[in-house]
Amino acid sequence: MSETPARQPSIGLFATCLVDLTRPSVGFAAAKLLEDAGCKVSVPGQQSCCGQPAYNSGDAADARAIAQTVIRVFEGFDYVVAPSGSCAGMIRHHYPALFENDAKWLARARALADKTHELTSFLVDVMKVDGLEADYDGVVTYHDSCSGLREMGVRDQPRALLGQVSGVALKEGEEREACCGFGGLFCVKYPDISGRMVDAKVDDILATGADTLLAGDLGCLMNIAGRLQRRGSDVRVRHVAEVLANMTDGPSLGEPGDESKK
Amino acid sequence: MKSTAANFEDNAEKALADDKLKAALSKLSEGFPAKRREAADRLPEFESLRDQARDIKSHVLANLDFYLEQFEARVVESGGTVHWCRTAAEARTTILRICRNAGAKTVTKSKSMIGEEIAINEHLEHHGVEPVETDLGEYIIQLRHEPPSHIIAPAIHLSKEQVADTFRKSHPHLAPERALEEPRALLEEARSELRQKFLAADVGLTGANMLIAETGSIALVTNEGNADLTYSLPKTHIAIASLEKIVPTLEDATTILRVLARSATGQDMSVYNTFCTGPKRAQDLDGPEDFHIVLLDNGRSKMLGGEFHDMLRCIRCGACLNHCPVYKSIGGHAYGWVYSGPMGAVLIPNLIGLDEAGHLPNASTLCGKCEDVCPMRIPLPRMLRSWRTQQFEAGKTAPLSRSLLRAWAFVTARPWLYRIMVAPAVSALAALGRKGGRFRRLPLAGGWTKHRDLPAPEGGTFVSRWNRGERPGEKKP
Repeated sequence: MSETPARQPSIGLFATCLVDLTRPSVGFAAAKLLEDAGCKVSVPGQQSCCGQPAYNSGDAADARAIAQTVIRVFEGFDYVVAPSGSCAGMIRHHYPALFENDAKWLARARALADKTHELTSFLVDVMKVDGLEADYDGVVTYHDSCSGLREMGVRDQPRALLGQVSGVALKEGEEREACCGFGGLFCVKYPDISGRMVDAKVDDILATGADTLLAGDLGCLMNIAGRLQRRGSDVRVRHVAEVLANMTDGPSLGEPGDESKK
Repeated sequence: MKSTAANFEDNAEKALADDKLKAALSKLSEGFPAKRREAADRLPEFESLRDQARDIKSHVLANLDFYLEQFEARVVESGGTVHWCRTAAEARTTILRICRNAGAKTVTKSKSMIGEEIAINEHLEHHGVEPVETDLGEYIIQLRHEPPSHIIAPAIHLSKEQVADTFRKSHPHLAPERALEEPRALLEEARSELRQKFLAADVGLTGANMLIAETGSIALVTNEGNADLTYSLPKTHIAIASLEKIVPTLEDATTILRVLARSATGQDMSVYNTFCTGPKRAQDLDGPEDFHIVLLDNGRSKMLGGEFHDMLRCIRCGACLNHCPVYKSIGGHAYGWVYSGPMGAVLIPNLIGLDEAGHLPNASTLCGKCEDVCPMRIPLPRMLRSWRTQQFEAGKTAPLSRSLLRAWAFVTARPWLYRIMVAPAVSALAALGRKGGRFRRLPLAGGWTKHRDLPAPEGGTFVSRWNRGERPGEKKP
């Protein structure tokens, strides 16, 4: 684990395409958490997707082109932080693999990989955040997303941060580390298998009796929220950053917007 | 066995609709993973044993020719014979020839995935030799004419009621009033049937969990002791094994045994661990008079040195199946060939071709659990992705997926284009969805909305809103 940076580090916030396009709140929450932790946050306009859909579909050439764009845009920052274990994992572990046979780009990919972090692990492991000022009145359960857990070592960090939020009670699910069945394009290519997997995940969440599901990856959250709601559950679903940043006024995932709220 | 891997989607659909299978799989997923976890936690050096086991097999694969030749020399010294077979057909012919030379009418058989791979039972039956499976699970599925659905628990897809049914149909002497509700009763029924078969068999056919180069021995691992009766009672013992099963020394074999059972069933050791070396010697009280090893390549040597080289470390423990959320949803038969789960999805295309088995590497979320529990630390997700890359580069990805993917890649590699093109579409969707908060149905999103709602986008894109200076505050107290 690195030392807490002495000076205000510059952060390139890689919002991820899902946050950028579907849930800007998560981006604002991530930025606030980073600023509160003492970072200088920039959100480069020249960002889109990390290239994982192409990479995991076997389209290595396009994944490389996207990776080169991301490397160019983000290599000038002290750190790159993403509110996603999956996209951060893509940059950290798979960008270098993409440039195995290209020494020049490999060096740049590795340099970017070394300073790329998932949000909650960055806050805890690098910025040593302690004493968040947030409250959330609810019983929450946490889903460990696969890439965050197994590629980026994210497990204790979000829980440590949630421990600093007043009012939160954490009820863990037995199968919190099981895949939710999202898997990027997997969920639309094999909808029935994915459906069975997310059903198992929903059963596990409901068994905890929690009223809120949190996780650090929007892909999983959209998948689980969609299934919870299809099954008529009123468990609220949010990205963990929203709770940590005390930004839970807006609707949770899939909840009707403000104007239709009571 | 004839592959149905090309029909993976239909196979999976059928499996998902099967409630008995669902119940059986939920038992599996409650049992094996927890037992493995406990076994691993009980042994402080478990993780370092995994490293050692991986290193042993990596070393073997880098020196495979040396160890195979050493193994053969030791087998010959001990009075046995090694038959080198390039293909499944060669192995079948060899085994049938040995059976005929032994004048065999029946062959008892202990569980062997290589036996499944070369479809030896069908071949023997076709030529008038009766094969009798002696592993309880294999015996059950042989009666049902089904392939195994799991590499270590071949009948895991069945309930005990289904097994009782099968026995009543297949054992004509079985009295109708005989109770078969308890697993114990089922076991006793199978045992009494099999005892006669063991004694009558002319040839015993086993697999081999390992081949030990320094002694020319084979290792047999079971929980039922059936392999021991299979190889020691008949006059002829044939062991079939693929060539990557080799390990250098007995010491190496025991290291692998220590991770094998823990990874497979959560036992510290399997119940029966036997090393067989050569035929019966003059001073031995029992054992076969003839000892044959059928060494099968069947595509393995092509994997050496390539992208799937590491797959040859696999010791067939089944941990990747037990922990795979896809396997736990659809079971083993849906994969459509001998192997299943993550190891099957990597191995099967190597053995029967990517055209036939192209679905298998795609039917994974790449969640990484398999690599996490693999005792040999095989990078299964990386290899699943390698198959996808081969498909894509050969133009074999479905045309619609391919065009959509390439379009998305084209746009996202040019963030300015992404801003102009994607943002307005998302805003429109946000406007449509604001009131309900989510969509139950949406054109072109049927794959998603079949089982789940789609949360509506909030509106605007984060990057543009941030760079316009928008800074929403904390919630109001």
